[in-house]
Amino acid sequence: MEKRNEKIRLAAAGAAIGLCAFALALLGNPANMGFCIACFVRDIAGSLRMHQASAVQYMRPEIIGLVLGAFIISLIRGEFKPRGGSSPMLRLILGFFVMIGALAFLGCPLRMVIRLAGGDLNALVGLAGFIAGIATGVLFLNKGYSLGKYYSQSSAEGVAMPAVQIVLLVILIAFPSLLAFSGKGPGSMHAAIAVSLAAGLAVGAAAQRTRMCMAGGIRDAMLFGDWTLFYGTAGIFLTILIANLISGKVSLGFSGQPVAHSDHIWNFLGMMLTGLASVMLGGCPMRQLILAGEGNTDSALTVVGMLLGASAAHNFNLAGIAGKGVPSAGRIAVLAGLAFCIALALVKIKEARR
Amino acid sequence: MIIVDAKGLSCPQPVIETKKALSSRPEEAAVIVDNIAARENVSRYANAMGYDIDVSFDNGQTRILLKRR
Repeated sequence: MEKRNEKIRLAAAGAAIGLCAFALALLGNPANMGFCIACFVRDIAGSLRMHQASAVQYMRPEIIGLVLGAFIISLIRGEFKPRGGSSPMLRLILGFFVMIGALAFLGCPLRMVIRLAGGDLNALVGLAGFIAGIATGVLFLNKGYSLGKYYSQSSAEGVAMPAVQIVLLVILIAFPSLLAFSGKGPGSMHAAIAVSLAAGLAVGAAAQRTRMCMAGGIRDAMLFGDWTLFYGTAGIFLTILIANLISGKVSLGFSGQPVAHSDHIWNFLGMMLTGLASVMLGGCPMRQLILAGEGNTDSALTVVGMLLGASAAHNFNLAGIAGKGVPSAGRIAVLAGLAFCIALALVKIKEARR
Repeated sequence: MIIVDAKGLSCPQPVIETKKALSSRPEEAAVIVDNIAARENVSRYANAMGYDIDVSFDNGQTRILLKRR
């Protein structure tokens, strides 16, 4: 009975997140990009002038809200717990590669689900890669892969990442001239600050309460035959699909999809890298932001790694180009990421056997 | 009794350790965790495997006692 309730809660939270994403796209965010962790972290990196891609620079309040929503609700529920020290540097690098994979594909796992609900079949190729990556990660977990134990940390350490979000919000509202903002392109398309922030807070709270994770649902199904977490993913997909169908926004096919490309091999391998690195981290990019809000400083460093990955993706021409594909440097970076993940897993599995 | 010490482990690892411990179908086992996601996930898994659950809290740690139904 309890299990059924949990599934209903996850499906409901998924529906709420789906509605937020759909509404955000209506209110100004780019099409099929109502909510995307990878895209928005990349826009923030651009806004902070960590990269110079002028089309993707904006201080996305959704991300700020996501961390703060998880922070506030975890404080209220007594679940805020500063902890860290489980291979922080390795997590930072994994976060970096989560982003390299996601930006080759042009979206995090959440946007993959949103793109799928818009009829973008390139996302189906991405999903196949994502599942392959998760399956590889599950194989490693079953062989004993682990990044080791975390330890209690001070309150100041745990609060640091949420505090940074407040600073970013203050800069956005009071000192916007410090930041870079796109004049055109996806970075120029956004809902009003208050709307984006409110949506971020709501999604952050819902995801914290339900432990929603785009990678975790598929992972748990493979590891334990437990589909509970997957109900969240399904809730997001079905809600956006229905909203898109009602408003006539579904366009089924590979070509002409918003902020997407049809470089199939690299859509597959990009999301494979993101899926594998997510499982090795213990959660998808959204889950990392939520955990960072709950005081998990390993996840906070993962988010820093994601920010660095987003910057590298645009500084070194690694990101997928909409309507075209993944440049050769980006292909090499994806392969390097997969090689890193596999090498790390083999080392960790060997360590565990000693 | 089998005791699984999953303190300091993030999900899914506490569940993987529980899965290993339950593979021999013991009458009883105890899993010690220190975060809420682990408590929920271990409880859910053990329940699905046919174990009754008794959770007790002690000094920031959570002890989940599993008894085969």
